[in-house]
Amino acid sequence: MFYRDNGELKTSYGADAQIFALAQERWAFIAFMVAAFAVVPLVADAYWLRAVLIPFLVLSLAAVGLNILVGYCGQISLGAGAFMGIGAYAAYNLHVRIPGMPLVLSLAGGGLAATLAGMVFGIPSLRVRGLYLAVATLAAQFFSDWAFLRLGWLSNDSSSGSVTVSGLEAFGVRLDTPQAIYVFCLAVVTVLGLAAKNLVRGAAGRQWMAIRDMDVAASVIGVNPVMAKLSAFAVSSFLIGSAGALWGFMHLGSWEPSAFSIDRSFQLLFMVIIGGLGSIAGGFMGAAFIVLVPLALNRLLPIAGDALGMPFSTAAASHAESMLFGALIVWFLIVEPHGLARLWSLARQRARLWPFAHGAGA
Amino acid sequence: MKIFRNAAAASIAAIVMHTSFAAGPAQEQFIPSLVYRTGPYAPNGVPLADGFADYIKLVNSRGGVNGVKLTFEECETGYATDRGVECYERLKDKYGGASMFQPMATGITFALTEKAPGDKIPLITSGLGRSESADGGVFKWNFPLVGTYWVAADILIQHIAKKEGGLDKLKGKKIVFLYHDSPFGKEPIPVLEERARMHGFQLTLLPVPHPGVEQKSVWLQIRQSRPDYVLNWGWGVMNSTALKEAQATGYPRDRIYGVWWAGAEPDTKEVGEGAKGYNALALQHGAEPQAQVIQDILKQVYAKGGGAGPRDVVGQVLYVRGVTAAMLAVEGVRTAQERFGKGKHVTGEQVRWALENLNLTQAKLDALGFKGVMRPVSTSCFDHMGASWARIQTWDGAKWVFTSDWYQADEQLLKPMVKAAADKYAAEKKITRRSPQDCQS
Repeated sequence: MFYRDNGELKTSYGADAQIFALAQERWAFIAFMVAAFAVVPLVADAYWLRAVLIPFLVLSLAAVGLNILVGYCGQISLGAGAFMGIGAYAAYNLHVRIPGMPLVLSLAGGGLAATLAGMVFGIPSLRVRGLYLAVATLAAQFFSDWAFLRLGWLSNDSSSGSVTVSGLEAFGVRLDTPQAIYVFCLAVVTVLGLAAKNLVRGAAGRQWMAIRDMDVAASVIGVNPVMAKLSAFAVSSFLIGSAGALWGFMHLGSWEPSAFSIDRSFQLLFMVIIGGLGSIAGGFMGAAFIVLVPLALNRLLPIAGDALGMPFSTAAASHAESMLFGALIVWFLIVEPHGLARLWSLARQRARLWPFAHGAGA
Repeated sequence: MKIFRNAAAASIAAIVMHTSFAAGPAQEQFIPSLVYRTGPYAPNGVPLADGFADYIKLVNSRGGVNGVKLTFEECETGYATDRGVECYERLKDKYGGASMFQPMATGITFALTEKAPGDKIPLITSGLGRSESADGGVFKWNFPLVGTYWVAADILIQHIAKKEGGLDKLKGKKIVFLYHDSPFGKEPIPVLEERARMHGFQLTLLPVPHPGVEQKSVWLQIRQSRPDYVLNWGWGVMNSTALKEAQATGYPRDRIYGVWWAGAEPDTKEVGEGAKGYNALALQHGAEPQAQVIQDILKQVYAKGGGAGPRDVVGQVLYVRGVTAAMLAVEGVRTAQERFGKGKHVTGEQVRWALENLNLTQAKLDALGFKGVMRPVSTSCFDHMGASWARIQTWDGAKWVFTSDWYQADEQLLKPMVKAAADKYAAEKKITRRSPQDCQS
């Protein structure tokens, strides 16, 4: 009853084709963004900002990037951790080696370096598909693992191989409080997320989806597979590389190569699968699931254990967390293989019809 | 006490909000413990964590520190830097504020070195972490008490030289440095390269990728090159794998020297007789089942059913390491109370001052039950290490026994290197070196 489009008549093509065509959705989104920018930094405490929201934002950017490659273009990739690492190390080198380099340019430079790497490692996708491509991207992961460890100049020749960044500032504002870092990350993610959403709604996105659904048929009707696949790798790697730079600069502050290992690649792939392949919002939801559920289990299991009279040691909680998390993923994929985004869109559809159970002609 | 309000969201995991009381019961001191009881380093992390927990229990059973009870909470990091950072953020403000953090992992140490000064919480990195953090003039909040990796590398070279008959006899010898390919493993390389330059021995660096189970190729290389000595800088499963591979390739175990994190029962028990003769550094202590403090723990904690782990681990090398780490933390709190108010809660800043002015004489250590286990530790404003003693211990097939005298690191060599590295860090981070006036606070 409240979610109908009665009376909302569009008078221009632009208004008709905008992301949130329904006025209710548009207002809800604006309210949400205002809350995210203005209310959350004032209300959330340092732990929530530092340990939950900032990692969530950075990983959701990476998940959106990977979703473009895996969900929209159908090119399975196990090298996302490597591209995050390339973005982080490239941004670090720009930041450290060029005195006075603005932070935003360093981060963009990291993204561009990851773009180039992504395009290089995306070349196998022009010849192989599916599982074979997964193995080729795995090669990217292992190559990067080796490069970060063995190429000393990537870590500015630090004897320990660990790199640190500090004293960051953007647009004249020092990024030393969790609130400042959170707002900066939120701004970057908003800009890049909207850009990604518009890309997938446009010609590029349609080409990617055509390649995903039936690449031979797509090339027959005139979609250039080389351009489509490489551009998917390029855009995806830019987003993932920027996320990697943010991860190292904003969240960790100091990292070594193991921060971008294959576990990170799997984590991103899980986010994309749980969140929903082929959905920008799905990237965000998957990231929220993967970031929040282990933390929640870690906090709640000891409490539940105490309540039931079975005290949980930290090791037991950690093991139980892994088991429950795995079980949740399996259960989830059985119940809703299209991910959280599908559940969300189902909920929206029902809300649109409420209080009726089905609409006219349905 | 925490109040948890649990509001379940539609599809995403339940959103948990918590508020914590600003101050708990009037007099308590929070000692957090970052542990890894899971993951590839768990076999070594578990006795460390148990020793730490049991010593805190022992202190509490004696009434705490001047009547102030120690609140203790563990957080599982799995040796991963990001989980370590999350644990740090979670625990740093709990129970009135953490007194200090002991990361127990070099990667986490590097990350927390950036965060701890801003939060005014000292870091104790006893026997690990950044070697240059011994320079308190730059690293105000880091305390690599009792030893760093540069000390370890230096002492190993001294011992090998002694075996050969003198530092000049090292010329032409081949030494392989087998290390875990991480900041932990790479730390001692500058000292080893400097010593190689000084004495003319050939140093070969062989990295082993995390977690350390893939060593077949490096041990084939070792078999081909037939070095005089192999220095093993591993942790966790890398150590037992190295010894198994050494056995398989027939390299004499008595020519392998491990760092103090590569010389404990979990590393050699599996290999048993096959590891006989393997040497490792002892960070002052070894396996000390007869030490007074261990006996006290068995009497006061285990006899009453409160032990953190299995009884047969009590007194083993890493268990004692955990006990000494906890002891240094407690003595830091005690020294802080002596200046800032006996029987009162002390803040992280006050504990930092205390760790900088730690004066553990042999008499004090003996009274605590560490007779024969620890040597005196005396820190100062510019020396955050406090002691640089170590011994060599050897696995005799069933247990670790001491096989050398006490060695002390060569300060002539290390001090300038530490200062240079600290200056480099200070220049990078734009930190000014502390003035003598700053030491008084």
